[in-house]
Amino acid sequence: MKTNTIKRQLAAGVAALALGAMATAANAADNGKYRVGIVTFLSGPAAGPFGIPSANAAKVIVDGLNKGALPAPYNTKGINGAEIEAVVIDEAGGATKQVEEFRNLVQRQKVDAVVGYISSGDCLAIAPVAEELKALTVFYDCGTSRLFTDNTKPTYTFRTGLDAAVDNIGAVRYLAATKPDVTKIAGIQQNYAWGQDSWTDFTESLAKLMPKAKVVESQMPKVFQGQYGAEISALSVKRPQVVHSSFWGGDMEAFVLQANARGLLDDAVALLTCGESALDRFKDQAPNGTIIGARGPFGAFAPDNELNTWFVKAYTDAYGMAPTYPATKMAHAILGLKAAAEKAGGNNGSVPTAEATAAAFKGATFESVSGTAKMARADGHQAVQPISYGTYKYDPKTGKASIENIITFSGECVTPPDGTTSDAWIKAGFPGAVCN
Amino acid sequence: MLSFIAVLIDGTIYASWLFLVAAGLTVIYGVMRILNMAHGSFYAIGAYAAASAIGWYFSDGTGSAGMSFLLLIGCAIAAGLVVGTLVERGLLRFMYGRDEILMVIITYALLLILEDAMKLIWGVNPYFAYQPYTALGRSTIAGLKVSNYDLALIGVAVVVGLALWGWLERTNLGKILRAVIHDREVASAMGVNVRRMFFLTFIIGTTLGTLAGALTAPSISVVPGIGVEVIVLAFAVVVVGGLGSIEGAAVGALLLGLSRAMAVHFAPQFELFVIYGVMSLVLAIRPQGLFGRTLARKI
Amino acid sequence: MRLDKTELALVGLAVLLLLGGMVAPGWLIFLVTIALAKALVVQGVVMQMKAGLVSFGQGLFYCVGGYAVGMGGPFLGISAGLVLLAIGVVAAVGLAMVLGLLLTRYREIFFAMLSLAFSMILYGVLVKSQELGSTDGFNVNNWTLLGQTIAGGETATHVVFLLTVVAAAVVAFLLHRYYRSSVGMTCEAIRENEVRVEYLGLSPRWIQYANYVAAAGVSALGGGLTALAAGHVDPDMAYWTTSGEFIFIALLGGTGSVLAPFLAAIVFSLVRTYAIEFVPHAWQMILGFTLLGIVVFLPKGLWSLFTRHRPEAPVVPAAPQKTSTGGAGA
Repeated sequence: MKTNTIKRQLAAGVAALALGAMATAANAADNGKYRVGIVTFLSGPAAGPFGIPSANAAKVIVDGLNKGALPAPYNTKGINGAEIEAVVIDEAGGATKQVEEFRNLVQRQKVDAVVGYISSGDCLAIAPVAEELKALTVFYDCGTSRLFTDNTKPTYTFRTGLDAAVDNIGAVRYLAATKPDVTKIAGIQQNYAWGQDSWTDFTESLAKLMPKAKVVESQMPKVFQGQYGAEISALSVKRPQVVHSSFWGGDMEAFVLQANARGLLDDAVALLTCGESALDRFKDQAPNGTIIGARGPFGAFAPDNELNTWFVKAYTDAYGMAPTYPATKMAHAILGLKAAAEKAGGNNGSVPTAEATAAAFKGATFESVSGTAKMARADGHQAVQPISYGTYKYDPKTGKASIENIITFSGECVTPPDGTTSDAWIKAGFPGAVCN
Repeated sequence: MLSFIAVLIDGTIYASWLFLVAAGLTVIYGVMRILNMAHGSFYAIGAYAAASAIGWYFSDGTGSAGMSFLLLIGCAIAAGLVVGTLVERGLLRFMYGRDEILMVIITYALLLILEDAMKLIWGVNPYFAYQPYTALGRSTIAGLKVSNYDLALIGVAVVVGLALWGWLERTNLGKILRAVIHDREVASAMGVNVRRMFFLTFIIGTTLGTLAGALTAPSISVVPGIGVEVIVLAFAVVVVGGLGSIEGAAVGALLLGLSRAMAVHFAPQFELFVIYGVMSLVLAIRPQGLFGRTLARKI
Repeated sequence: MRLDKTELALVGLAVLLLLGGMVAPGWLIFLVTIALAKALVVQGVVMQMKAGLVSFGQGLFYCVGGYAVGMGGPFLGISAGLVLLAIGVVAAVGLAMVLGLLLTRYREIFFAMLSLAFSMILYGVLVKSQELGSTDGFNVNNWTLLGQTIAGGETATHVVFLLTVVAAAVVAFLLHRYYRSSVGMTCEAIRENEVRVEYLGLSPRWIQYANYVAAAGVSALGGGLTALAAGHVDPDMAYWTTSGEFIFIALLGGTGSVLAPFLAAIVFSLVRTYAIEFVPHAWQMILGFTLLGIVVFLPKGLWSLFTRHRPEAPVVPAAPQKTSTGGAGA
């Protein structure tokens, strides 16, 4: 009998818990602050290289803005005078769960804007929901070219990061400029959408810009495999001169380490489109001359302007290392949001509506840690910025790595014009590209 | 021709790694009938422990490669003892005798807990501990450059496999364990302290897991999630080989390792399916796995 | 038709949910929709658990159901939501009829691993299919219900909610009857002792087969509803961790009642969403401890809190009597 009472109490407890959770329905709402949902990977393999630097950058920028410590034009406090409150959410768990968490952010936590998303699958799934809920959403990193072709007529969704096609068009242009004579090119990509799309964009651009170069080998290991012994052998056997890879995070570091130890990188130059994110960790394991990118003018490629100087210093003071590209991208996105919200205006200290902010964001030009950004594609919802590539250089004496031989390609040189998909643009031979 | 040699070398190296990862899993299953989902986490803990120790050892710029190998193995054993003891004494010993599937779920819960615990201890930043890997240099076999560390891994796998086999087949303790495997109740009636055997087995299984992680750490970048990636692979190896069988794990590892290397070299588009394809095929033909026998001596 | 207590509760809860849906905030409606849809997949897992099999690959049918709904529009030109759901169920049942021939020969961990392998093979195929968006998947939109276009917006959330509640209630009702039918009872007998069932002249394998195929259909319905609700499908639906989540929920609820998976799925979603909100860096750990707590303190799942009699199985001699009287009901 006694167990029965306890059980009944427990049962009541479970029921109460469920009801209570439903009832609380977050009264966190309107406290006069500008609430921003920050969604990025806090767990899983993408957390270390991307998620945590991004979350750190968000903290640095939000704290800086709340203190009014940033240089002009962002020297006003908060967003439109309202204090910024960041709600950080883990992006792990897949698209369905992210849709659920996105709704929670918007409807339960009543955030005024969401900045986030690294995974392309998450971006694709979130975009229509953001439009449905009329929730201002800034995608800061995901690269899929399908974002604004699958979700046509965006109103509330913006992407401040660049399309992944830009990475690979830029990469081929860099090769064409620095190694025009290479003929044997190989590639190794993670076997998922990111790797497959990167490889397609790269090889198609290669066919147009460097018709003499032949693809001698393509490997697609499972994502997060970590061991690339067989792949490295298969690549070595074909004796390529350049090995292109869109690997990122632990996979990229492991591949470079193993390929270097196995001698593949003695004869071939690696071209790593995401290489910059591991700049501080490669040490002497990546050979000098390895071509690395940062998916835009971010991280070590960010321009030398006042905003970036402030950001690098604040970030380095807080976390003991210079910001890598995901960090710069996050800072860039939040600054874009601030610029738009303040352009939308309203009384100082008030939170502008999503409608007004979205209207102001559309087609806007804003200053940022990565230079000037124009929301000039996808009907004013997609940013256009230049992309840079350079080569890795490690100084064993100081233990510091740097990038040299940097070439920057203007946005107009690597970004398809509005109304053209990147795929069609590449196949047509880049009509209308304006290169410096 | 070069490709064939490459397949052989790559396949064997990968198989050695698979065997090291799977050995602990099969030992624990063989004796305790626990299909340990958290085995991947033990692997990851070993990798993290080794990587942070190696990083610390080389942080001042000096340090000898020879010492670093001892450090690797030392770390693996220490981590295995600590984690194994904690998990067995703190959790599993209260659960013995429950349904086999329930034990899987318990270790699944353990996996979730350990994944976050590792994150709290080591953070999410990658650990890079390449010194032991590059220190051994490389050899050229028939024109193919191979890392000596990877070749040494084959040796380690053979030694571990033989040691396990010898221990089970040639020592008194091994005989007692085999009795436990064969019939838990009768062994118990004969005066065997089954629970002590379980504890011992679990510690050894855990240590094999951490050892595999520690030995892998120098050649990879240690990041969150590496444990989850290896579980299914390890499962595939032991299921193909026959659960609880050491010989089975060895053969299963070789079969999967060579199949995968073959796919990478000759049909990269099938690489993604090859492990599961081989596993389904083997199970379709031999439902108990290659060396699995329903009631006969296992391990 | 006489309704027993569970069935009455079922109807009552469904009505309550529908009424609640009129006032609840959007996020909660969505959360409950997804939870109920996933609970249908869990019902598939529970069906097999009752017969003694644990599927580590139920994500396979969840994924088939979801992709059928997603692909029906662009590839077959079908936009009627109910037809899409039906296609998913038919596809899953067809697949299960083939796979079941092999799988029902296996028991215990071999069944678990083999079902996992098939699920992972589908995952591999989808990852390879660039035209289906590989791992990014694709969006599901522009479907209709009874001729009405459901274009998105608040109405869509409510429509899918309604559809899910009704589907869940109907399936639960049928499952409840099924569990008390002679076949359903035989499944439990198979779990207890397969050989004795054979002695009775029945074929455990074919009963397992029928059960497996039916479970696939139920799970595919859950997948289809999830696709409609989330508006997106991707190969992760077939990944083994997704299947792991379904087992998690199944154990959380227990096999005590057809209502248990629904309760468990909602509790699971709420625990997870609040864990993510309050401890974003360690929410998996919270889930892990929850699961452990359930296994240790409520080995028969959350549902044992709501049953009158003790959670432990009745003493041995009483057992057969109890089951036989239970079987005579309805």
